Amino acid sequence: MTASASREAATVVRVRIPSPLRSYTGANEVAVAIPVLAPELPPTIGGVLAALDSAYPGIRFRIVDEQRKLRPHIKLFVGGRLTRNLADPLDSASEVMIVAALSGG
Amino acid sequence: MAPTRAAAQSAPARRIRVLVATRKGLWMLNSDAARNGWKIAGPQFLGHVVHHAVCDPRDRKSLLVAARTGHLGPTVFRSTDSGRTWKEATRPPAFAEGSGRVVDHTFWLTPGHASEPGVWYAGTSPQGLFRSADGGATWDGVAGFNANPQRKAWCGGDQDGTPDGPKMHSILIDPRDPAHMYIGMSSGGVFETGDAGANWRPLNKGVRADFLPEPTPEYGHDPHCVCYAESLPDRLYQQNHCGIFRLDRPSETWQDIGAAMPKSVGYVGFPIVVHPRDPDSIWVLPMDGTSVWPRTSPAGRPALYRSRDGGQTWKRQDRGLPRAQAWWTVKRQAMTADRREPIGLYVGTTSGEVWASRDEGRTFRCLARHLPLIQALEVA
Repeated sequence: MTASASREAATVVRVRIPSPLRSYTGANEVAVAIPVLAPELPPTIGGVLAALDSAYPGIRFRIVDEQRKLRPHIKLFVGGRLTRNLADPLDSASEVMIVAALSGG
Repeated sequence: MAPTRAAAQSAPARRIRVLVATRKGLWMLNSDAARNGWKIAGPQFLGHVVHHAVCDPRDRKSLLVAARTGHLGPTVFRSTDSGRTWKEATRPPAFAEGSGRVVDHTFWLTPGHASEPGVWYAGTSPQGLFRSADGGATWDGVAGFNANPQRKAWCGGDQDGTPDGPKMHSILIDPRDPAHMYIGMSSGGVFETGDAGANWRPLNKGVRADFLPEPTPEYGHDPHCVCYAESLPDRLYQQNHCGIFRLDRPSETWQDIGAAMPKSVGYVGFPIVVHPRDPDSIWVLPMDGTSVWPRTSPAGRPALYRSRDGGQTWKRQDRGLPRAQAWWTVKRQAMTADRREPIGLYVGTTSGEVWASRDEGRTFRCLARHLPLIQALEVA
């Protein structure tokens, strides 16, 4: 499913959604289109989450705090690589996996 | 100050709904007209830590719920149809970007003044004050508090405070003046504003803080719960970490009313409830504050203590409650009253039980067992 589309150049990224966030997406996997502004400005992880929030309002704040930091029990895998830096470029990866680590009993 | 008109009248007999906010979701207890038969409904938001669920007394059908989960950030859900359907806030309480502060959870919700429909206030952990003017859909920080250069001196660091995080609670709005408010903070103390939150001043004279090097500081206290008498808004009470206190404005000095509690029980506890029509009638629920602070019912025998004279004397109320081996903890938001005549009292325990009295504490019965840890009870 493509959540947003643009007539400009865009990178489409698949995002795998953990069960605690499926109340927003209704699906365990969605696709978002990230505008490519210029070849030297590759899309970032933060851009993916912003696009995700545009399509599913409220989802970003559940996983990223008001200081733009990933919440403590959330992990992001970009093309299988773990990252906590929202400024990381997507490179050639086309899949982001959000993991909500269970915490507490 | 004369009693306010609304508070001087008892509410007509009607069914009671008690909102039960728990560590794992929201339940509702619904009574018949006699408050004799009760049915439980729920859960809603199963798996969410619900710190507070409050019904708007201005329309009796709008509800706000402060929720988070163990791994997801905090949010607010709102209903305009008594909880049948819910929407999430589009901009939940959050500190300003660049402030370095992060809301861990929204802890307290207070409907705004009767003259300001749609206005709500929220207190967070760590201590922050937020206001919504659209029924809880969007929230803005109250800059006079959140950006106050004195805030850190008042409250300490965001990692300080109670085991579950430092909190702003007990947001009280003067029924005679929407710009006049009180807040309670653990830690921080009680503060007052006369200009809708633009400026704040500490209001802690007479209150002990014997856990600090200076036991009578200007601020830094630990009020567990603060309330005012609806029928006499200049009368405030607080159950504090260090005792039970009463303040009669315009005085600025709290009076120690916990000293009259039985020494074997002590004056430590979390909640305090004042009768909606009798400013001298209050209830506390003592907890064990000895040695390492078990914060359970003293000797495993839970009881409420009622004063009918503004705290000069106290009487134990435990009929119907377990006689022994009941090691309850009752959180600061987990004891409340309805407005019926006689009023009903409701107590929620960390072991997931709801106890109720429909005769002002003379007798209690258990309405629900086996719920998750109860964070808060509110009458809808």
